[in-house]
Amino acid sequence: MSKQAQHWEKTRNHLFITLAIWFIFSIGIFFFGAEMEASNFRPLGYPLSYYMTCQGSLGIFVILIFWFANRQEKIDEEFGYTEREGD
Amino acid sequence: MIKGKFIDNLPKVYGIYTGGFLVFIILMAIAEQAGMSAKLIGIFFVAFTVLIYAFIGWLSRTMQADAYYVAGRQVPTVFNGMATAADWMSGASFVAMAGGIYFKGYGYMALLVGWTGGYVLVASLLAPYLRKFGCYTVPDFIGTRYGGNLARLSAVIVLTVASFTYVTAQINATGTIASVALDIPFGVAVYVGLASILMCSMLGGMRAVTWTQVAQYIVLIIAYLLPVFWISNKMGAGFFPHFMLADEVARIAELESNFGLGTIKNSAADLASVPKGLAGITKAHSEVNTTPWKFISLAVCMMAGTASLPHVMMRYFTTPSVKTARRSVGWSLFFIFLLYSSAPMLATLSKLSLMDPNLATGIIGKSIADVQALDWYQNWNQANLMFVSDFNGNGTLELNEFFMGGKAVVLATPEIAGLPYVISGLVAAGGMAAAMSTADGLVLAISNALSHDIYYKIINPKAETAKRLIVARILLFLIGFAGASIAALEIQGILGSVIWAFDFAMSGLFFPLVLGVWWKRANAPGAVAGMLLGLISGTAYLIWVRNGGAGFWGITQLTFGIVGSLVSLVSMIVVSLMTKAPDAATQRMVDEVRIPSGKTLLSKSH
Repeated sequence: MSKQAQHWEKTRNHLFITLAIWFIFSIGIFFFGAEMEASNFRPLGYPLSYYMTCQGSLGIFVILIFWFANRQEKIDEEFGYTEREGD
Repeated sequence: MIKGKFIDNLPKVYGIYTGGFLVFIILMAIAEQAGMSAKLIGIFFVAFTVLIYAFIGWLSRTMQADAYYVAGRQVPTVFNGMATAADWMSGASFVAMAGGIYFKGYGYMALLVGWTGGYVLVASLLAPYLRKFGCYTVPDFIGTRYGGNLARLSAVIVLTVASFTYVTAQINATGTIASVALDIPFGVAVYVGLASILMCSMLGGMRAVTWTQVAQYIVLIIAYLLPVFWISNKMGAGFFPHFMLADEVARIAELESNFGLGTIKNSAADLASVPKGLAGITKAHSEVNTTPWKFISLAVCMMAGTASLPHVMMRYFTTPSVKTARRSVGWSLFFIFLLYSSAPMLATLSKLSLMDPNLATGIIGKSIADVQALDWYQNWNQANLMFVSDFNGNGTLELNEFFMGGKAVVLATPEIAGLPYVISGLVAAGGMAAAMSTADGLVLAISNALSHDIYYKIINPKAETAKRLIVARILLFLIGFAGASIAALEIQGILGSVIWAFDFAMSGLFFPLVLGVWWKRANAPGAVAGMLLGLISGTAYLIWVRNGGAGFWGITQLTFGIVGSLVSLVSMIVVSLMTKAPDAATQRMVDEVRIPSGKTLLSKSH
């Protein structure tokens, strides 16, 4: 497999992991709105369903994007595809 | 001002700007104590900030194509994040969102999840690859990747439909705020708003819009957060509301049941006497009040729409590299998160200060005559945003007898909670900044697509730079004017048309953009079919449901993008596979896009 094909395979796998996490917190958990509301786990005292819609999922997305960017940079570095400064 | 130097000095420049703005707020507060009228404070706030944006716009004037279209591709990560956040957060986010949460609760918060989750798609599927491509506009990517004028033209059509739907709502919002703050009729205020928008974008294109949007973000975030923190502390709810309002949320639920929410219903005759556009509290504040599918389908539409709206995507064309484009998406979402996570807190504080009889500000349970005598009630009643009526004739205000407009939650809460008027002036300036920054980005996205993709790439490829940029400015003016004229007619509400814009963009552009990077086999006929059939089927479904059609799969007029994008996906795959695979040059181009290093595919000035 060529260097470029390997790089793309790693990039694609990284995308799938990222999208899987994204799916859980943007779609998956909201199938269980009622269960979350009844849950005894109450972050900062808020009902779990309420918390996830106003802070939880939103905050996770912010962290997820930075994590995604960091890891993608490492993949690019590994294959020597990092941009030179001033490119 | 030397440009290189300006970029290096950005933190300092905007640091001074922020400090200056805070000083201005303090000066206004002092002036209020000294007896300056509320009217005058409002005028000062709006006029002062708008003049500053216009000044920045004038400083950023340019006659170079890459400065006009992509701000010279040298906007640093964090500043591009702020500019995107301002570009993104519209009058709807600023003025209407907290109100939506206030009235509709959990079901409405699908929008919060959708409007943030979409950025994960932007960062992972699209932004870095389109940046590597080196295009000026989104149709530029479609036109070059798939080849042919038909693909380019189809992309311009989808872009125009989606962005134009969105921009009329924004110009409408600037008009609403300008008319209240400057005390002029709405029909005139719309054109005042338009003039401010054009001053920020006409001379400097993307470069001017970038630097004004950063300035607008700073104003809007201060204007949103300051009242939230102030009210929370004043009520003794907690010094950091986001982490400390659990008791207040629980207290609202307790009061809701005390006041008979959901058990006492108004008769149709009573409701007919309530002015149009005002609503009472009919839904519980924090309870899960919608089906999972309703919540998820709305969130999905907003996420896919986010990843397809050209005015957001084009902000990532302005970063210096692919790496910075990726990081910049993270910063954008961080800056958006600051406001979005505050909106539910504002809704909570606003509701509790009106409802709780233990608070001095509470009005439910007081006598109707007392409430009608309140200064702020009279003001907002006059502005047609508040209404009380003693339906049951007991002389006391019940929960079901109090009505409010959605905008009032943001605009009136500072006054209700007893904050000085200077805060209300600040909030008006923030709303103006939010609506203007989004309108700027949208008008520029449309006129750039028309001037670059239609005029330069299709009609007159030999046009000189100077001529192209003059055409771009004329188009900018015409589109702004058309948007303002439609806004002046006041056809739909702000929020409804914003949601439609997302559905239109998703129907026509989501899959053609994503598959352009992630599926090499996608070709021009497939993309054209995907864009046009997606847009047409989505629009047809919208018209059908609007005219009393039953719809299917629980898809409403707010989520018609699901129909459009599915048709788009299927037709794009089927047509692509039925026609010839893209040639070797195109395949190589896609390979090139997938690695960050090396030159962009389109030259610096194309």
